[in-house]
Amino acid sequence: MPDANTQLKTARAPAKTEHPSGDKRFQLIDRTLKRFQYQQDALIEVLHTAQEAFGFLSDDLLLYVAQQLKLPTSWVYGVATFYHFFSLKPQGEHNCIVCLGTACYVKQAADIVAALQKAYAIAPGQTTRDHQLSLNTARCLGSCGLAPVIVLDGTVIGRVTPAVALDQVQRVVANMQPETVG
Amino acid sequence: MNSAELETFAQRERDKQQGFRCRLLCCASTPCLSSGGASVAAAFAAAIKRHGLDAEVQIVATGCMGPCSRGPIVTVQEQGKPDTFYEEVTAIIAEQIVAEHVIHGQVQQAHALPADMPFLVKQHKIVLANSGVIDPERIEDYLAHDGYRALDKVLHELTPEEVCNAMVQSGLRGRGGAGYPTGLKWNLVRKAAGDKKYVVANGDEGDPGAYMDRALMESDPHRVLEGIAIAGYAVGADQGFVYVRGEYPIAAQRLEKAIRAAERRGLLGSRILDSNFNFRIDVRIGAGAFVCGEETALMQSIMGRRGQPVPRPPYPAQSGLWGKPTLINNVETYGSIAPIMRNGAAWFAGIGTEKSKGTKIFALAGNIKNTGLIEVPMGMTLREIVFDIGGGIPDGLAFKAAQTGGPSGGCIPAHHLDTPVDYESLKALGSIMGSGGLIIMDERSCMVKIAKYFMEFCADESCGKCVPCRVGTVQMYRILDRVSNGSATVADLQTLRDLCGLVSETSLCGLGQSAPNPVLSTLRYFLDEYEAHITEHRCPAGVCEMNAVPIWDLPQTRRAELM
Repeated sequence: MPDANTQLKTARAPAKTEHPSGDKRFQLIDRTLKRFQYQQDALIEVLHTAQEAFGFLSDDLLLYVAQQLKLPTSWVYGVATFYHFFSLKPQGEHNCIVCLGTACYVKQAADIVAALQKAYAIAPGQTTRDHQLSLNTARCLGSCGLAPVIVLDGTVIGRVTPAVALDQVQRVVANMQPETVG
Repeated sequence: MNSAELETFAQRERDKQQGFRCRLLCCASTPCLSSGGASVAAAFAAAIKRHGLDAEVQIVATGCMGPCSRGPIVTVQEQGKPDTFYEEVTAIIAEQIVAEHVIHGQVQQAHALPADMPFLVKQHKIVLANSGVIDPERIEDYLAHDGYRALDKVLHELTPEEVCNAMVQSGLRGRGGAGYPTGLKWNLVRKAAGDKKYVVANGDEGDPGAYMDRALMESDPHRVLEGIAIAGYAVGADQGFVYVRGEYPIAAQRLEKAIRAAERRGLLGSRILDSNFNFRIDVRIGAGAFVCGEETALMQSIMGRRGQPVPRPPYPAQSGLWGKPTLINNVETYGSIAPIMRNGAAWFAGIGTEKSKGTKIFALAGNIKNTGLIEVPMGMTLREIVFDIGGGIPDGLAFKAAQTGGPSGGCIPAHHLDTPVDYESLKALGSIMGSGGLIIMDERSCMVKIAKYFMEFCADESCGKCVPCRVGTVQMYRILDRVSNGSATVADLQTLRDLCGLVSETSLCGLGQSAPNPVLSTLRYFLDEYEAHITEHRCPAGVCEMNAVPIWDLPQTRRAELM
């Protein structure tokens, strides 16, 4: 087993061009693999691309990445489960991240989480049964001047109260655009 | 590009900018963008076009200007007049600014920040000098502000040893939090044996509430790249990595764009500025792990592995990435390098206190009027920062504590407000400088709950490798949870203290070693709050839901003997 200091093996001939399933999204992963010349150190970058393309890291994806990078599947699984970003379960249609960084926490961000938790009956890290909404928390998004902050489907919304957050989430789940300032 | 061309490009851009009578700088950093900054910029563009002022007025999308809670911020620069800062700009105000200020020269006082505001006047911007002034996506703008001059000087006039010595003389200390002397570290890596070395910039910035590095990477990416390149020359490396945490996608994009732009101009890559120095920089993205801010864990992450720390020694200077000597410094540290090399070590050493030189960027947040990024000389008092620059506590409430150093730091109470902010003074008070997060808390905050919050964070983020941290943080969290819900006993306090000592002394890495700091700090200054929770079943701040009671030590249960 390689130890902490071994330089892992590097490039070899790229694999065949299309995934047997015919799913074109695998080509996005292949592109990242080629960009990093199939180096095993690029595992995290490859997993990022995979998650962006597919929404979450299924067993199939992990096996594919392991195969392409010539890494043991357990190794890839170990990295995928270590980092908070990677999700091994499907995410909902809509994603709400509530920041629980110190600045947001001091401005009662925990109440926002509680409100959303109550309204949708899911805990942070879970998805509603109808797969409409995933609720997550983050430890600091770096927008502390606008505390408390939520990120709703990629849109950063600052200075929210529990009522405002709930309203915004309901709008988005009803497939309306979130209301942003300006 | 060679030295002469560097000057030519810079002058060309400066002339081009001078050609405009007026320049509208719109902040395009994440907070201002999410407050509607994009629509403001669009409104300006439309208004300029409508009034036919395209040739006279330039609109520039810049980085962070500082007062983030008052965004979107716009700076109006006019030839021969002082800058005007507008706050909370909307599309309508933007039109007003164009119609009244740009065309008729009438400052819209109702929306402008006062020019003598302490927030604007009391700062000393070195690292953030270009932030909010240049367009981070245009290398020409950076060049026009003396960009890559320091690198040019270093490559053609100084030896690596001289560069390292300059660092030692400047007195620069690591801005990541520990404050290790930068010059000393550079010398260690320079002298290390081997012909393959690496330079790494730690842009993980995991401390919740800290976003200085994000602002620097988004607002002035070239500043960071230039610093890394100079470091590479000084220690003899040819490859650099910037590790950006996954929560900062814009920062990663801007850095990548900046790297490509620099490479195209021969300012990075092979034969930089026509010298014999080759240096490549690559961006590596994190994936949401606070522990990856620890240097050995960060290196594991760059190598594509689980971000678990490894014991030191060997230190990265001896054996780091792939076993090679590696220099790791914080992004803010690299941001200081170019100004030091341009202006001289003595200039930098002239700012700050005897042992803490230069300036520090703080992310002021929490219960305070002016939240945002500030850069102040070391040695400024906490009182000045909180009440002058910060504007004091809103709603007429009283200051309770200032938290520095995030989950590795401590709280500073009101009676220490006159402490100068520098490495030694903060350490003496039981806190640390940390990366720069400065959270202000008013009387509505319960200190036990704050300690519990940080402990939960550490328990969550613990990598799980060593028992003291993995188990200790959870046990301490449980005790703090019991204190805050009313079921703790006095014996629990002693257990808590014992655990603090155990975890801090036996943990493998800095995360575990400093996890007890918030607890120790709050026990030191706010013991009365803990005691009120335990003996009086009351939360002084009125925050904790105390709906549980202690389990009684009845003789027949033998609980006391089992504990």
